[in-house]
Amino acid sequence: MNTLSKVMMVGALAALAACSNAKNDGLYGDGMGGAGYGSGTAGSGLPSDPSSPAYFQQAVGDRVWFAVDQSTLGDAARATLTAQADWLTKNPDFTAVIEGHADEQGTREYNLALGARRANAAREFLISRGVVGSRLKTVSYGKERPIEICSEEACYAKNRRAVTVLSSALAG
Amino acid sequence: MTRLLLSFLLGWALLIQPAAAQNGPLRIEITEGVIEPLPFAVPDFVPDTQGAADVAREIGRVIAADLSGTGLFREIPASAHIGKVSDFAAPIQFADWKAINAQALVTGAVSVAGKRLTVRFRVWDVFSGAELGNGLQFAGTTDGWRRMAHKVADAVYSRITGEGGYFDSRVVFVSESGPKNDRKKRLAIMDYDGANVQYLTDSAAIVLAPRFSPSGDRVLYTSFETGFPRIYVLDVGKVKRRVLETREGSMSFAPRFAPDGRTVVFSLEQGGNTDIFEMDINTGKQTRLTSAPSIETAPSYSPDGRQIVFESDRSGTQQLYVMPATGGEAKRISFGQGRYGTPVWSPRGDMIAFTKQNQGRFHIGVMRTDGSEERLLTASFLDEGPTWAPNGRVIMFTRESRGAAGQATLYTVDITGRNLRPVRTPGGASDPSWSPLQN
Repeated sequence: MNTLSKVMMVGALAALAACSNAKNDGLYGDGMGGAGYGSGTAGSGLPSDPSSPAYFQQAVGDRVWFAVDQSTLGDAARATLTAQADWLTKNPDFTAVIEGHADEQGTREYNLALGARRANAAREFLISRGVVGSRLKTVSYGKERPIEICSEEACYAKNRRAVTVLSSALAG
Repeated sequence: MTRLLLSFLLGWALLIQPAAAQNGPLRIEITEGVIEPLPFAVPDFVPDTQGAADVAREIGRVIAADLSGTGLFREIPASAHIGKVSDFAAPIQFADWKAINAQALVTGAVSVAGKRLTVRFRVWDVFSGAELGNGLQFAGTTDGWRRMAHKVADAVYSRITGEGGYFDSRVVFVSESGPKNDRKKRLAIMDYDGANVQYLTDSAAIVLAPRFSPSGDRVLYTSFETGFPRIYVLDVGKVKRRVLETREGSMSFAPRFAPDGRTVVFSLEQGGNTDIFEMDINTGKQTRLTSAPSIETAPSYSPDGRQIVFESDRSGTQQLYVMPATGGEAKRISFGQGRYGTPVWSPRGDMIAFTKQNQGRFHIGVMRTDGSEERLLTASFLDEGPTWAPNGRVIMFTRESRGAAGQATLYTVDITGRNLRPVRTPGGASDPSWSPLQN
């Protein structure tokens, strides 16, 4: 890990506290789909700095939501992704992994495939708004990493998501 | 055929018949259709050598637990026994066992020489006063005493039901701990009854859906070890694993062995679309089996290796399809209400077990391989992922409870929908895969 990424990691520590996976080095956001959303502790740098990952998470919005068993992007999702694309265009040193997730109402392997569809829908949209495809990877966690844990639609709705997790291209 | 066996087979026939006569899905309530379990007694096995008394008694207990656990047998406890068996070779005093209405009697003797354990046993039809089959003996190590007990219980079960046994078998599963939003998962293996748990991976990465090879020596599973889902094969004896290479930038998951133990069928996701592929596990050569813009996953081979059942949402919702093992045209077999997933072909070849989602509830069910005679065996907030006992008579699956404190537990149920019971595991457990009978 180089010095720059070490410095950046300090800011990201809080967000990563819940993650034990060393492969998260250089990630900003709730990689592994685990930590809280909008808690104010996530990300690196100050939310007031428009080129910071914290700003991306909180001001731009790092995630979009989906209807039950769907992967089509609604108006709100398209607006968020348009803003994400703008940010990524202005901040070319970042790459991203888009995590697709499903709620718990579904079988495990189907939900993995469904999460992949969602992540890919977000990726395709970002590419259509000018982000170079090689900067964007996708992964699906299926129903393995819910953010909300109640068994009600209020929670399910937040779990059916695609989260754009930034990674500094400069990080080791 | 003895009277005992005959009456038992009649019991099975009665169980199966109502479902066979029904048109369309039949919902079997677990509380219904209870037959009278067959009363049996297992007096403590006779120690043939000094110091064998403890293990002899424990072996008897495991045999009794195996038989009672099927729901088809009911043990008459030692406290009710009138007779005692202190000499394995002495004639049985049938009157003593008739008096307490034990219809089957299992007697045995155990000897220990160093690390070597030998178990001899006999099965008796008490009311006809005849021996069921011949006396048998199994030998093994003292460490493996539970396996000896399971082997005896398998023989007893087979002789009385006419079915193959399933007690001398293992289950690989995902051991779970921690809250729902930070769940730790690790691969574990245990005896079918929850004894002898051994962990095969640590909990650093999410692991999912392990599956045994046809001989039970290897396990296929999916792990997020690299940050992305990849399929691995693990040698159970050596606890050594290797990744099966698939395309970079794609996800691979849902691997299952073909009956040849060499071919693996799995799902590969590329650009958001999931299809089914097969791979030669030694050469890595891959062949595409489906080609559709829909989700194709959860493949499972027929025992003869000629067909694959899988799930697809090509019709708009998850449904079950059967195709030739070489790919090609698939035939839809599920037509009931709701969504169908995770099909698993029975080791007998006659049925397919599945998960069904309908009106907010989950069910484990079985159907004929052409989709007829659908029967739902369970119902709960979340049941999923059936796996078959080696004899195709019992199914194990995952049941997840509702809400923030929800936890996953393994359950078994027999294919008539009777005898639903939890499997004892340390902590949460999901995604079971039942091994074949051990040799």
